Amino acid sequence: MSKAISIIKSTAVPLNVENVDTDQIIPARFLKATNREGFGKNLFRDWRYIDNDENKPHKDFVLNDSTWSGKILLTGKNFGCGSSREHAAWAIKDYGFDVVVSSFFADIFRNNALNNFLLPVVVSEKFLSELFEAVTSNPSTEITVDLPAQTISLPDGRSESFQISAYKKTCLLNGYDDINYLLSQREKIEAFEKTF
Amino acid sequence: MPKTLFEKIWDKHVVESIEDGPDVLYIDKHFIHEVTSPQAFAELEKRSLPVFRPERTIATADHNVPTLHQELPIKEALSRKQVEKLTENCAKYGVELYGLGHPFQGIVHVIGPELGITQPGMTIVCGDSHTSTHGAFGTIAFGIGTSEVGMVLATQCIMQSRPKVMRINVEGTLNPGVVSKDIILHIISKISASGATGYFVEYAGSTIRSLSMEARMTICNMSIEMGARGGMIAPDETTFAYMRGRKFAPQGEEWDKKMEEWKQLKTDDDAVFDRELHINAADIEPMITYGTNPGQGMGITSTVPDPDKLEDESERNALRKSLNYMGFKGGEKLLGMHVQNVFIGSCTNSRIEDFRMIAALIKGKKKSPDINVMIVPGSQQVAAQIMKEGLDKIFTESGFFIRQPGCSACLGMNEDKVPPGEYCVSTSNRNFEGRQGPNARTILASPLTAAATALTGKISDARELMKTVSA
Repeated sequence: MSKAISIIKSTAVPLNVENVDTDQIIPARFLKATNREGFGKNLFRDWRYIDNDENKPHKDFVLNDSTWSGKILLTGKNFGCGSSREHAAWAIKDYGFDVVVSSFFADIFRNNALNNFLLPVVVSEKFLSELFEAVTSNPSTEITVDLPAQTISLPDGRSESFQISAYKKTCLLNGYDDINYLLSQREKIEAFEKTF
Repeated sequence: MPKTLFEKIWDKHVVESIEDGPDVLYIDKHFIHEVTSPQAFAELEKRSLPVFRPERTIATADHNVPTLHQELPIKEALSRKQVEKLTENCAKYGVELYGLGHPFQGIVHVIGPELGITQPGMTIVCGDSHTSTHGAFGTIAFGIGTSEVGMVLATQCIMQSRPKVMRINVEGTLNPGVVSKDIILHIISKISASGATGYFVEYAGSTIRSLSMEARMTICNMSIEMGARGGMIAPDETTFAYMRGRKFAPQGEEWDKKMEEWKQLKTDDDAVFDRELHINAADIEPMITYGTNPGQGMGITSTVPDPDKLEDESERNALRKSLNYMGFKGGEKLLGMHVQNVFIGSCTNSRIEDFRMIAALIKGKKKSPDINVMIVPGSQQVAAQIMKEGLDKIFTESGFFIRQPGCSACLGMNEDKVPPGEYCVSTSNRNFEGRQGPNARTILASPLTAAATALTGKISDARELMKTVSA
């Protein structure tokens, strides 16, 4: 299965909260697995369930409300702050999201997301409010994230471009991992060690 | 061209700069632990790769270990499996492991410096965001994700975009009863929990220079809590005095040679920072947090800010959400409030100086009967030093019990948790919702404030207790 991502057109889930830390995305007590799979079921665990009980969902939390679905997660600024746990990116991807949109991301989370083909899209505060407004007023609103064109658009044509390095864009469009690139540079790394 | 300390170290470690992309950065030392490494080793296994430079990686078990009866098998099956997996992986790939029972075991950011593994000028990474701690020695040290742990294991390199640089200058003399934890909580409260995102921070100024290495580590440790990629302090005589004679520090001629290099590790006079901040040490009070991110802090005698007085709607909502979780009201004073728990430990405050500071305060006094106190040293070596100095007797006489080393209730991954709804004055680094256990309410503070609270059962200003001592 190719991991590559290109153009994503989907409805979105609006999580209008700022400073969402990775302890909220996946609490530490769920980090005991030794593989990468299955973290989605505990995504936002303590916001999803009352008293940690799967039979008692918080009905008003966006993931428990059938009004919202899709491959795009809209969030407030400074998303993914705190712990470096990559489990946060694994949980979001495993749950079914391919894109997270915010006005800015914490640095480590951003790298972790990119390494898992979860696209972090940074938009202006103004455009982020427009996205929230469009989605909350009409949950069937489809947002288009076009990685080749580096744009994110609403159906009515409102659109903004986003930044991504040319290197990372190539990786995401082709399903390349950083580790593959680094392994291809082994000779150069060995030569560097000799001069070091 | 004049360079910052950060730029000097970074540039020296760049193997390759990719056009419109990241730098390939060579890593001198790599620390791993049981929670964020298993999937990285699995990646190596899948690709049939060896660890490229096993001598540059050091492992310990800390996040998920019990802090009582470490001599017995770990009760909880998943935790046990994770720790066993680390042992298995280290044996298979030839990585040095200071696991449970080893005299060097402890919190990864406590053991690196105390063993002399952390040295000025290095690049250091670990799958843990508090790796910034090592920056106190003039290193570029930062937390990485598990995919990156795999990259370092496989190639000793990672791919990183160069962050911007910020200098935070702290000048002047600290007030009595104010310690390094208060400095960093004060800085974060000024700059916010995201104010340094995208930056690498250098701490400078006369106040920082006057601090011990352990106090500097506490400051660098919490750099991530304002979003910074890392934090660093230029090495000086204090650094060299701390390092000399440590287990893995250079010895003899090698030491002299290294010292020459290390003395060059400072920001050039004319170097330019992308941002610069000035803090007056005299303005800093003992600090506590009132909210659910480390930027929501205040002086211990202050009142909780009132959301209704905030103009910005999103800020108002965010503060309301935090106060609602904490059960606090705007305008309320927290000093004197009853709390059920105190946690003394974590990579922020679990070193020998923290224990000396606390022992001096509690000596001859008794723990409050209605408070639950967890005290967790950062490493086996810290625990041994506590015994050697007889501090354990002071703790015992005051009614305190000292547990065994690990991350413990900082992140509530093992059984050390704060019960739902209860408050905990904690020397750790994060007051996020549920960080210390589901629905636990964390108030971050210095070891002095935590110890004073443990004595009275209420959020207490250690300065008041110190007055009694000198009277």
